[in-house]
Amino acid sequence: MGRIGTAVLWAVALLLGSGVSAQTLRIGVVGPMAFVQGEHTWYGATLAAEEINRAGGVQIGNQRYRIELIRVDTNEMTSVTDAATAVERAITAQRVDFLMGGFRSEAVLAMTEVAADYRKIFIITGAGLDGLLAGRVDRNYERFKYLFRVSPNKSSDLARTSLLLAAEVVQAVRQQLGIPRPRVAILAERAAWADPLVETAGRLFAAPPPQGYGAEVVGTWRPSATATDVTPELTAIQRAGAQVIFTVLSGPVGVPFGRDWGRLRIPAAPVGINVEAQQETWLRATDNLGTYVATLNSLAPGVAITPRTIPFISNFQARFRQFPIYTASGAYGALYILAEALTRAGTTNVDAVVRALEATDYTGATGRIVFDRTHDVTWGPGYTTGLGVQWVGGRMQAFWPRNWQVEGRVVSYAGVRPYELPPWVVEAWRR
Amino acid sequence: MLAAILVNGLVLSGIYGMLALGFALTYGVARILNLAHTAFYMAAAYALFFFLGLMGFAPAALLSALLVLGLALLAYWFFLEPLKEYEATVLIVTIALALLLQEVALLLFGGHFRSVPALLPGFVEILGVRVAQQALLALLFAGGVLLLAWAFLKGTRLGLSIRAAAQDQEAAELLGISLSRAGYWAVGLGALLAALAGLAVAPMATLEPHMWMPPLLVVLAAVVLGGLGSLPGALLGALVLAFAEVTVVNLVPGGAFLRTAVALLILVLVLVLRPEGLFGASFAEER
Repeated sequence: MGRIGTAVLWAVALLLGSGVSAQTLRIGVVGPMAFVQGEHTWYGATLAAEEINRAGGVQIGNQRYRIELIRVDTNEMTSVTDAATAVERAITAQRVDFLMGGFRSEAVLAMTEVAADYRKIFIITGAGLDGLLAGRVDRNYERFKYLFRVSPNKSSDLARTSLLLAAEVVQAVRQQLGIPRPRVAILAERAAWADPLVETAGRLFAAPPPQGYGAEVVGTWRPSATATDVTPELTAIQRAGAQVIFTVLSGPVGVPFGRDWGRLRIPAAPVGINVEAQQETWLRATDNLGTYVATLNSLAPGVAITPRTIPFISNFQARFRQFPIYTASGAYGALYILAEALTRAGTTNVDAVVRALEATDYTGATGRIVFDRTHDVTWGPGYTTGLGVQWVGGRMQAFWPRNWQVEGRVVSYAGVRPYELPPWVVEAWRR
Repeated sequence: MLAAILVNGLVLSGIYGMLALGFALTYGVARILNLAHTAFYMAAAYALFFFLGLMGFAPAALLSALLVLGLALLAYWFFLEPLKEYEATVLIVTIALALLLQEVALLLFGGHFRSVPALLPGFVEILGVRVAQQALLALLFAGGVLLLAWAFLKGTRLGLSIRAAAQDQEAAELLGISLSRAGYWAVGLGALLAALAGLAVAPMATLEPHMWMPPLLVVLAAVVLGGLGSLPGALLGALVLAFAEVTVVNLVPGGAFLRTAVALLILVLVLVLRPEGLFGASFAEER
């Protein structure tokens, strides 16, 4: 073959090569990959990418695109700066087309600034701060229209659900223990996101029914989110005579809380938010002392929120041998939402994709996802609300929503069982 | 409330005391401000977690303590002794060592929270306060370790030479005490105390790679409060800070997150009124 023939072959190979790369969508999956939150973001996205690619890829116009995931370790648990740098590197060096993931609100705030600067669509799947979208997308649409959130519900909606869970426990104390005015202790980590929840909870618990819960608040304890010992706080709560502990814990303090509470058999039932208790590893992490702890969660074994819930959990467990946390279901849903939006848009043009994303109406594993005007996931019956789960008999089981009456309808999922008061709470307070 | 403060304060004092004594020994004798001290404590806790998967508690604890001891002596031999004249460099090297241990733990065990089963489950009531039996065991263990360390330092020739080196290095050298040998012993003993504290805390705490940071702050404060280089001072400093923390939680529940901040405020106040700390040489002089 002569020199000209070789050159032609090279040119053909290059053209073919460029054709192949043009038919690949590069999705940056961002998160703290050494931690379960980031790991599950990656797993959720991987499962969705494998399913989509197996089904032939994403149809955009008259072309089919394969999804290629780029793992972006943000180190966001320890450094917000690292997180922003990782996202910038993903955009400029790794040339990702879209971004999804993120866990720590402070870090996601910085990462989404970078994404907005580069006009990259970023679908949040792990951080709950209201202000990630509210006050940004609605007030400065042109700059922040690229940001969307699939999971979790924003902090103020998480507050609504966690207070509904607390109502179940207050009611259980009232009915099963015969205490007309249960005493509630609030244990909330010292963090900005927890402040409004503490204030609202305090007011709501103390207010008389039907607006409030008719309970007595015996005090509010605010340990650090990274405290490694909450024995003094629990001793004081026990001394205050509380029957219920309303927890607002997203940090690692959730684990020492579960251990110390179970070890000391504190006669007060914990309920609220404890992110550590949402994970499959909870009982192992607490040396099996965290049994009976109740928390807000997004999935529970055997509970079909939508027809997609059980297949998602089964496929995830078959592929990764773990029970998915909310970042996994979020990332899984985010990739499908993005793929469907790209198909609807018929182009990868960013403005067209933003418009298509805004029109999302997707039923995922954790509920129906419709974005509101701030590009946030809508909360409420018929959309996504979360689940109340409790650790009983060595496993996580759901206790809410169960016959939840709201807006003229009753919400209940198959597999949801009644809440169980810890036996030592019953023993200490039964009259 | 007084009972709760007393009981919880004592338990916390035992743990802080072990850590502070080891830190003070290392500084007092080898003149090394070892910021990796609590990283050794973390390493011991993780080693215990790992070895417990392979063997019983006693051999796992022994192996963990020996591993950390070996690690500390190697670090001293390779990095710290040759550099100990350069205080700033030593600080940087020890913090680098701590971060290295943290990253190794992260690599080997991930960011997951781990736990070590308690030797003594359940709780007892003391003065109406519920105390985990494991915490009482840790307190007894800490008390025993501190007494043994004290007996060693007070009752043996080697202990005498270590104390002499801690008190006045030049005079000790004139009396024929090998500062290098005393340094090795002090570093070894300090690391061993950190490892034992880690072993005592592991069945009560949650293991995660960053667990070395919060106690480091308290230990630094305790030894400065007690008087930099003073061994009894370090113990007293630990006691004061532990009780300050527990008192804050009990008296100001809404400000429980301030427990360490209030303890540090006490440190600042003491240093303003008595710059040399409760015992020992002035911090300003030491610098």
